Amino acid sequence: MVTTLPSVDVVTVGVGWTGGIVAAECSKAGLKVVGLERGQKRGTEDYLNVHDEYRYAIRYDIMQNLSKETVSFRNNSKMRALPMRQLGSFLLGEGLGGSGTHWNGMSYRFLPYDFQIKTLTDERYGPNKLDPDYLLQDWALTYDQLEPYFDKFEKTAGISGEDKNPFAGKRANPFPTPPMKMTPMLEQFEKAAKNLKLSPYMVPSANVSEVYKNPDGETINACQYCGFCERFGCEYGAKSSAEITVVPTALKTGNFDLRFNSNVVEILKQGNKVTGVKYIDTISGEEFIQPANVVVLTSYVFNNAKLLMISNIGQPYDPTTGKGTLGRNYCYQILPGAAGFFDEQYNTFMGAGSLGMTVDDYNGDNFDHSELDFIHGGNIALTQTGTRPIGSNPTPPDTPTWGPEFKKQSIHYYTRSFGIGAQGASMPHKENYMSLDTVYKDAYGLPLMQLTYNFTDQDRALHKFISARAADIMKEMGAKTIVPSAEITDYNIVPYQTTHNTGGTVMSSTPENGVVNNYLQHWDVENLFAVSAGNFAHNSGYNPTGTLGALAYRCAEGIINYSKSGGSLV
Amino acid sequence: MSTENNVSRRDFLKTTGIAAGTLVGGGLIGGLVGYNMNGKGTATLDHGNGTTNEATGSPKAKMFFMNERDFSVLSNATERIFPEDDLGPGAIGLDVPYFIDHQLAGQYGSNSKEYMHGPFAEGAPTQGYQSRLTRAEIFKQGVQKIEAEAQNRFKKGFSDLEGKQMDEILTAFQKGEIQMSGVTSAFFFILLRAATLEGAYADPMYGGNRNMDGWRMKGFPGHQMTYATQIEDAKFQKIEPNPLGNH
Ligand SMILES: Cc1cc2nc3c(=O)[nH]c(=O)nc-3n(C[C@H](O)[C@H](O)[C@H](O)COP(=O)(O)OP(=O)(O)OC[C@H]3O[C@@H](n4cnc5c(N)ncnc54)[C@H](O)[C@@H]3O)c2cc1C
Ligand code: SF4
Repeated sequence: MVTTLPSVDVVTVGVGWTGGIVAAECSKAGLKVVGLERGQKRGTEDYLNVHDEYRYAIRYDIMQNLSKETVSFRNNSKMRALPMRQLGSFLLGEGLGGSGTHWNGMSYRFLPYDFQIKTLTDERYGPNKLDPDYLLQDWALTYDQLEPYFDKFEKTAGISGEDKNPFAGKRANPFPTPPMKMTPMLEQFEKAAKNLKLSPYMVPSANVSEVYKNPDGETINACQYCGFCERFGCEYGAKSSAEITVVPTALKTGNFDLRFNSNVVEILKQGNKVTGVKYIDTISGEEFIQPANVVVLTSYVFNNAKLLMISNIGQPYDPTTGKGTLGRNYCYQILPGAAGFFDEQYNTFMGAGSLGMTVDDYNGDNFDHSELDFIHGGNIALTQTGTRPIGSNPTPPDTPTWGPEFKKQSIHYYTRSFGIGAQGASMPHKENYMSLDTVYKDAYGLPLMQLTYNFTDQDRALHKFISARAADIMKEMGAKTIVPSAEITDYNIVPYQTTHNTGGTVMSSTPENGVVNNYLQHWDVENLFAVSAGNFAHNSGYNPTGTLGALAYRCAEGIINYSKSGGSLV
Repeated sequence: MSTENNVSRRDFLKTTGIAAGTLVGGGLIGGLVGYNMNGKGTATLDHGNGTTNEATGSPKAKMFFMNERDFSVLSNATERIFPEDDLGPGAIGLDVPYFIDHQLAGQYGSNSKEYMHGPFAEGAPTQGYQSRLTRAEIFKQGVQKIEAEAQNRFKKGFSDLEGKQMDEILTAFQKGEIQMSGVTSAFFFILLRAATLEGAYADPMYGGNRNMDGWRMKGFPGHQMTYATQIEDAKFQKIEPNPLGNH
């Protein structure tokens, strides 16, 4: 039996950053909003015992429970796709706040270049810089058009930073809070970078540097540099997340109904409009239909694409014909870098998720690629996030991986080594895409999302080049032993890399070129919106959430406008 | 919030002698007595789990392993991976074998948060864990295979071998040279190594990292509320570790 509930103005599928932002803005505008979240309620009071590396960072206590749902994966379409049985490469979110609960909080804006990547690349290097198998396209918005939304996200989250990056797009306003504290490691990085004529600046941070009240009246506390940040919730309410900002804002309006243990299994459609969603109460097993005037997918990259595919909305991408857009442009990131081993001891165990210094001199098109066989680059940073003892056992090259020498070296270098890492931008390729798995199913009988993905030649070239630049900085910092990252071969889903998955539901300026328009409104179905990093046409050399937060504000504006006037917003 | 607690707890440990292991019950892991590590003598078998509540209960009871031989193989294998040295205790001294035993009896051992639906197929290494076996099943089989391999190569039980001989066997496992069913020996070794480090450095409430000595060796202060006043200091901070549940 399915129970049909009273209709509402807006329903969001998932309540992380994107669902929370949409809920806050729409409910402030007077719309009745229901937020359906498959996971549980949680908040700052649940994070008091969070300083537990084993439970949270190793056994993934607050992340997606894969026994219910996972993705399947293969490197290319000739291989048999198999389920990702344990979390590894990325750590998906579940529960109020989504992965914005256990994120680091590095909060960047993508470069102006990112939004017009195709045009600017062709202009500077001619049309043949990249092989046509790379599906490069401009976004449906420019940086300048998105600037007010960036500003809004940063003010909501209280981002701490300094406006010192010469390559950044223009800002209308300064950062709402000052940068985080300087540490000896970061000072050393800054000095080395300057010696190399680079332009270091403090990582923009959602680990807020001082007590801050945001425009919605929510208070975010001051970061304690406790070192249990990445992969953990913040016991101080000092790391901006949906559950301490936009969710309370939405609840205060009285227009937001937040339901937990509610797993959406289908988007319901009649004619060329959606009518609501079907969900399962994961505790009772009951099925519900939640009718709504507007449906918003805010369920992260994978489930946004999966729900569209399952509900037969839009045309799935076919890599053999090149037709279809849903599932196309799936991108990840690559992690060039260099490890350094020092004689001095550092307080590596102290830190915060976003405590760091970075340079953008080798990011975007900030350097000349004429003689290079790749485009774009990555931001190169030293971050002091709080080195964890189980997960971090650094040893110089040629040390055995176990036994007496391993023990001695890993203990010695735990406080005498660190890495300079980069987030390498990833370009879409026609062979890399998402589709529905034909064999494996989730706990609700629905097919798993299937990834067909491998690193490309572009990735490999970029990785090699940027690793060498990271090693240059490490050398200038005076490391005794420097180990640049080994060259990459095939993408491997086992080791953690980043939870920066993008693409699949790309934003585009024409219906032929993507899934949603620049309000994240579906091209084929005017009352359906989908917002996630899935909207990115390629992945940049930064963390995604700053740009994603901006898109969520843009999406909310679109929904509010649509609710007044209907029709296509572009 | 926790400084006072900290100091008094430290003093408590000193005065009661628990840290030095004088509250020994003895006998519980008799199977390990006589275990010889690099000819350095027997491993210490004293009690005291380094958390509060030392006087009651025993964290040194087995929840998973059913006989002393298997447990002793596990213990000696972990000790080879993370041996006692002049820096401090090894896996046995840190109670790592008990940590692993307890983990295998729970959610970790039964893979309750992993996707365990078939069909199962051998994948490429880039596709990760594809075994139908749970970690508990892999450990049980793996430990028994280690013992069988010792009998096979040296006509002795694993726990009676010289350190070098043990290493030879563990290396063969690491290289995937030992035939196991439903899983490669290389994968079992990866699990064993990872679990050993987890037991050495997890919060002592899980039964390993006894007396927080794993943390102490590494210079990791465990659970501290804040570093806001120290983070800018150039000097390395030696901070007495603090476990969870102490604040
Ligand atoms: C360890 C880690 C560190 C990170 N660090 C950074 C960083 O420093 N900077 C940065 O920019 N980004 C970082 N990220 C990425 C960042 O967390 C994500 O970009 C961001 O949180 C995504 O927000 P979202 O709203 O799109 O999705 P999510 O946060 O994933 O929220 C989606 C929600 O939808 C729910 N959901 C999914 N499917 C359904 C369904 N069918 N029915 C109902 N509910 C559903 C999920 O349970 C989840 O709560 C990090 C991520 C991780 C894991
Ligand atoms: S480092 Fe700062 S923001 Fe991160 S968890 Fe600790 S107090 Fe919170």
